[in-house]
Amino acid sequence: MAVASTDTAPMKPLRGPGFPIALTALAGLVLGYIAGNALGNGWLGALVGAAIGAAFAWAAAGPLADNRTAGRWAAIALIGVFLLLLGGVGGLVAGLLIGAVLSWIAYWLASGAYRKGVPAYATPGQVLWHNTFLFICGFIFFFLIAPIVVVIPLSFNAEDFFTFTPEMLALDPEGYSLKHYRDFFTSSDWQQAMWNSLKIAPVATILSVALGTLAAIGLSQSHVPFRRAIMAILISPMIVPLIISAAGMYFFYSRVGLQGTYWGIVLAHAALGIPFVIITVTATLVGFDRSLTRASANLGADPVTTFFRVQMPLILPGVISGGLFAFITSFDEVVVVLFVGSAGQKTLPWQMFIGLREQISPTILAVATILVTISILLLATLEILRRRSERLRGMSPG
Amino acid sequence: MTDTPLGPDQISGATPDNALRNADRAAAKDGPHDGPMLAADGTPLRRSLNRALRRQKLRALALVAPLLLFILITFVAPIADMLFRSVENQIVGETLPRTVAALDDWTFADGEPPDEAAYDALYSDMFLAAEAKTHTRLGGRLNYETTGISSLFRQAGRGVADIGEAQIEAIEDSSEAWDDSAFWAGLMLTGDEAAADTDLLADARARARIISGEPLAMPDETWPSAAAAAALPRTAVAYTEFALYTWSVDEDPPAEEDPWEAVWLSLALDLAANPDAPSAFSGAQAEALSAAQAALPPGTADFSFRDAFLEMDEDWGSLDVWGTIKAFGGPYTSGYFLSAADYSLNPEGVSAMPEDEQIYRTLFVRTLVMSLTITLSCILLGYPVAWLLANLPLRTANVLMILVLLPFWTSLLVRTSAWKVLLQQQGVINDILVWLGIVSDGGRLILINNATGTIIAMTHILLPFMILPLYSVMKTIPPSYLRAAKSLGATDWTAFWRVYFPQSVPGIGAGSILVFILAIGYYITPEIVGGTKGVFISNRIAYHISTSLNWGLAAALGSILLVLVLALYWLYDRIVGIDNVKLGG
Repeated sequence: MAVASTDTAPMKPLRGPGFPIALTALAGLVLGYIAGNALGNGWLGALVGAAIGAAFAWAAAGPLADNRTAGRWAAIALIGVFLLLLGGVGGLVAGLLIGAVLSWIAYWLASGAYRKGVPAYATPGQVLWHNTFLFICGFIFFFLIAPIVVVIPLSFNAEDFFTFTPEMLALDPEGYSLKHYRDFFTSSDWQQAMWNSLKIAPVATILSVALGTLAAIGLSQSHVPFRRAIMAILISPMIVPLIISAAGMYFFYSRVGLQGTYWGIVLAHAALGIPFVIITVTATLVGFDRSLTRASANLGADPVTTFFRVQMPLILPGVISGGLFAFITSFDEVVVVLFVGSAGQKTLPWQMFIGLREQISPTILAVATILVTISILLLATLEILRRRSERLRGMSPG
Repeated sequence: MTDTPLGPDQISGATPDNALRNADRAAAKDGPHDGPMLAADGTPLRRSLNRALRRQKLRALALVAPLLLFILITFVAPIADMLFRSVENQIVGETLPRTVAALDDWTFADGEPPDEAAYDALYSDMFLAAEAKTHTRLGGRLNYETTGISSLFRQAGRGVADIGEAQIEAIEDSSEAWDDSAFWAGLMLTGDEAAADTDLLADARARARIISGEPLAMPDETWPSAAAAAALPRTAVAYTEFALYTWSVDEDPPAEEDPWEAVWLSLALDLAANPDAPSAFSGAQAEALSAAQAALPPGTADFSFRDAFLEMDEDWGSLDVWGTIKAFGGPYTSGYFLSAADYSLNPEGVSAMPEDEQIYRTLFVRTLVMSLTITLSCILLGYPVAWLLANLPLRTANVLMILVLLPFWTSLLVRTSAWKVLLQQQGVINDILVWLGIVSDGGRLILINNATGTIIAMTHILLPFMILPLYSVMKTIPPSYLRAAKSLGATDWTAFWRVYFPQSVPGIGAGSILVFILAIGYYITPEIVGGTKGVFISNRIAYHISTSLNWGLAAALGSILLVLVLALYWLYDRIVGIDNVKLGG
């Protein structure tokens, strides 16, 4: 705060270079301490880092102020080579990263870009708060995404550890291997589990999409008696805790002989997926222009033709995204399957659950990476569908 | 219907319903018209519109019906079944029907075990149960209430055949005829329906059917003989049960099977009680019966089942055992719910569990407190992010939204395993902290297998459910309001707290209830990262279903949780409306 209060000039480099130099040096100190720790002497690293940071800030404010690209590449190369000499390949990568970060900070501070998000009349306190806020948000995004990202490199671990080995940190190729993936693709347990999942999820999805779409169309009509109550019942599988659904289904399905059967799981998963289909399809139908069906009927189409030729193509994005939700619900579901399924129907999540609870094996991380890839693909599909549907309805370019 | 104002389910425009409403309004204003207004085909307009409306409603219902039926059968029925299980208690009355009836007049407050009649009934019930091997299940059930009953029942099941050994041997030795299974059948059964005791058969069938779970029948064209039933009432009942069971379950004709020990003993008791019994029969049957009667050891007339049971195990004289049978003898019980609330239903009535055994209340409180903590952490972390997303240009916001949606779409188990990897003592977070010198190698933080682990992992898992509703509410708050407040002299904080925040409260409400509902029912994540201190009530339910097999208690705990969730669901519906649940932005 005290440092920031010297700054009053809007959107232009500071009067003196003291402020960016001090802060960049501080960032250099932290990064230098981390790098120094890895190399054996944290405080020496901190000292060197602070000096480099100060030098960068001075350069960014003075000689290289107008040549940002060159300045940044120079900084990246400099620290990269410096750490390559000290720490090998791992050092190079770390150096390139540190160089990029430090030079970005230097230019960000020196050019006054940190004031970009606030109005010109903002007080230093407001500027500080704005940037702190962005930093907090960045931290939360990091919290959201980091756990998922961390799993990916760990799945290539050559050892059976759940943490980074020194070889991995040094980027030594010896430290990496595909053995956990090999495990996954050769182990009959995992393969069986994957096939079971692939056999159950699509059928459950088809069931919930077919019934759910029909019901969503019914629910979006103008006169539906007991609409609220029906909706509450149809959404309830999403709300009722899974353990209760699982317990109920276990008791009830054993009574009627569905417990431990393929169809028992499919029915259970279809029921769990239905709320997602209902929610997405109803949301799509809200934007559906009802006069189109009247026009179609007016032109001589019967209701079935109208549905498949006019209504369906327009609500298709909603139906597909509902289907994706239903698919992932079934593909991801473990509690109900644990109770309703029998040993022969172990699904992928079930196998992972056992792996996590009992015999911890890093194969799980390989499976997790594969699943993350699948979810990225699903998410991309969904995003494309959303844009398409918005374009079709002329809502926004997105 | 026609004069209600426009409700939320109705739409404006030219619909039959609205036309009716308008017609009503017009009629109210101008008074009734002369003669009905007619539709194009000549029917009164009112009727024609009503018909159209009815048809529309039916069509909508027909579209919804298949799914509604599907959900009712695959989802609602199982839950109803579970609710039923939490009070259902047929097993005691079904396995020991005569004992429960004999205990009708006995109460625990009497201070002494029941009289001979109860032990007598227990013998008959236990014999049949031991044959059908249902006594162990019952023992297991009653063992939840009073420990030790399980082994007592197991032992009784083995020992019940040895009761009255002296009498049985005496009859066996009295005449060759008793070794002949066909002789027994001839004595007790009849081929003539007119001479049969059908009431006896029906009673025995009802009892044996419940116990063995399948309908039982006598061999073709045989009935228990009414004459035998009159002279030897006990024996007739015991033999009929034996015959039914042997024929239907073991699939052997009773005429080729040795009768159960219970039949022999009953015969001994009948003969001792009724000295004239042999005279009701004739020929070889009368002879054999007389011989048996003569051979009975002294004291048979005063045979005491009570002594026999006490000899087997003196716990059969224990008040607690009989009190438990009596307390749980009814077809329905509140016992499971009482256990779930840390009370116990014991022979003296209802009493609270000792302080240190009140696990369920602790667990419910812990579940609620932790869910609340998780909800608060989600608000704390979700609010800034949602604000940022709502105030950035759409294109940037869409890119950043992917960072929120990716965890949302990633498998729950992947996220849980990621946290397991991160939080372990030898895991990534501890390694980094040690490496940075923040904690020493010996002082690694314990972040997993406790409440901390559960809260961190579940906050991460549920955060998207908070951000998405918050975002969709914040999107609708015009940024100009904040600027207006500031231009009127409000400080940043006042503008936010007095203008922006109140408008974002619906988003907080929607997100919080959703997160809270999802959190209190969580099972997988607490199971994996929660250890013993970080588990929820769900984990206890799962334990009772799969490990302790106390399904009734599991169902009772589940019912309490369900009521809690449904209350919140109702609240959510009132505040947000279930139609407004948003998925994926």
